[in-house]
Amino acid sequence: MDEQIAVVNVQEQLVYARPRALTEETTNYCPGCTHGLINKLIAEVIDELGIQENTISVSPVGCSVFFYRYLVLDGVVAPHGRAPAVAIGIKRMLPDRVVITYQGDGDMAAIGMSEVVWAAMRGENITAFFVNNANYGMTGGQMAPTTLAGQVTTTTPEGRDVETMGMPTRMAELIAGLPGSAYVARCSTYDARTIRDARNAIRLALRAQMAEAGFTMVEFLSACPTNWGLSPQGALQWIKDTMVAYYPLGEIKVSEAVQRLKTKR
Amino acid sequence: MAKELLKGNIAIAEAALRAGVDAYFGYPITPQTELLEHMSRRMPELGRVFLQAESEIAAINMVYGAACTGAWAMTSSSGPGISLMQEGLSYIALSDVPAVVVDIMRGGPGLGNIQPSQADYNQLTRGGGHGDYRCIVLAPATVQEAIDLTVLAFDLADKYRTVAILAGDGLIGQMMEPAQLPPMRERSRTRPPWALTGARGRPPNSIAAFGLEAETLEAMNWRLQAKLQRIRQTEVRCETWLVDDAEILVVAFGSVGRIAKTAVREARAHGIRVGLIRPITLWPFPYKPIEQAAAHARAVLVVEMNTGQMVDDVRMAVCGQAPVYFHGRPGGSVPVPEEILERIVELSKED
Repeated sequence: MDEQIAVVNVQEQLVYARPRALTEETTNYCPGCTHGLINKLIAEVIDELGIQENTISVSPVGCSVFFYRYLVLDGVVAPHGRAPAVAIGIKRMLPDRVVITYQGDGDMAAIGMSEVVWAAMRGENITAFFVNNANYGMTGGQMAPTTLAGQVTTTTPEGRDVETMGMPTRMAELIAGLPGSAYVARCSTYDARTIRDARNAIRLALRAQMAEAGFTMVEFLSACPTNWGLSPQGALQWIKDTMVAYYPLGEIKVSEAVQRLKTKR
Repeated sequence: MAKELLKGNIAIAEAALRAGVDAYFGYPITPQTELLEHMSRRMPELGRVFLQAESEIAAINMVYGAACTGAWAMTSSSGPGISLMQEGLSYIALSDVPAVVVDIMRGGPGLGNIQPSQADYNQLTRGGGHGDYRCIVLAPATVQEAIDLTVLAFDLADKYRTVAILAGDGLIGQMMEPAQLPPMRERSRTRPPWALTGARGRPPNSIAAFGLEAETLEAMNWRLQAKLQRIRQTEVRCETWLVDDAEILVVAFGSVGRIAKTAVREARAHGIRVGLIRPITLWPFPYKPIEQAAAHARAVLVVEMNTGQMVDDVRMAVCGQAPVYFHGRPGGSVPVPEEILERIVELSKED
């Protein structure tokens, strides 16, 4: 039997590529960690807005420190918690540049609470990306301000006792309550819909900064399967089932100026 | 330009403006607050950046950020605030960016008091924060010298891309005396190639006091040490006065250097062969000039407004050639010429 060979001319068409603002380097993030995905979303929006050559990043201490290496941007590493202060130093000298911080929950909500609150109070035109994975990832999973009630960590072996440690810190709501914040959203990346919403929030926050609307922040509920002792899929499920109940997703604050940007597109 | 009656803190602020500072970030603390206040008025007048930070921790990190853009940035404080800045200074030191810090020292430890002191000597000259690094430390004895050394601090910080600290004390900051300010410098600097400005038409710049791998961080450390060695070799400054025939060598810095000078003059009038070395750079320390002067001295007397900090450096410099004595007043007390003279007379009577 003769074999019939069909010759088909395939026109290759690139439909998806790595963002220019994202490194080609292999990242140090653990399997199933969503830092890498959040890095990529920020890089995509930077490409889309055409601001790669106009953006300066500030990465403080923790897993977020690698942001300066993985984003193809001018960048500086700040001391633990101090990224907003370093960012303000940059922004005050170069007001026409886009200045972003990329902070973890221990970094921003514990040691760096003062710097971020004052950045928001003064309405500094910087954008904070806040990665909330409910523990200190880099140091091996200790209790963070964002650790949920009853959550077991290496420093809360019986689970977080809110009688002695207080309730978990809702940073987005706290920052939204300050007069100088213009746009605050809480997102996640556990499915296609939340990833799309996260990309939209990043875009609006950066556009708001470019419009000098004030302080902007996007919080991400992020998976830390290594320290949570869950599989990558189980960690995403835990965000969806457990974290979101305490940390509701959505836009927490949209100032009038940002609302106008939103309708303008 | 004619001399005018100037308060130390305001003279330092005005000298910084004229030297070309682009940004000032600070926080109130006695006895340096007039510096912050002067900047709050003058920086906006000149179209430059002034920001009152929420803490000294924020202030030094704002300085760090501004310095990363290639700007000339500074802050000022006093002991407790300088303590809070140490982590930031450690980052700046390994990052190779220029910054100027003014410490108008007050009595410590703890809250201490607001009186003049030199008790921050060890903290300032040993790096102060974590890791292997040093800052250039300049110690003025007069308001005029505070002006001159403020300008020098910016030039050295810029030349070596490092931290330069003006180490005054409450006397220097609060005293008024006639002094001459320099003319306003032309400011036509271009941003240096290492600055963070957005990677336009070039690969991205990174500034990080961070090296994950041991070899990376070791190489960064050796590069920093090579720079510090160049500073040691070229930037030592001190005043030597009547040391050629001196049998007794007095070593004192800052305000105390000036007070000691009066005592040395008195002692000379009594026929005592005594001389003075006043370190102007506390780091790099003038080990060589002190070593040479001590070679023909019978005794060395160190006077400080603390319980004995620079005396350790003097002992290293003298290296056993002569006995080293110490006279100090801590906690905000200022030694008077008479008590120093008394020690000189005592030493002159010993064999």
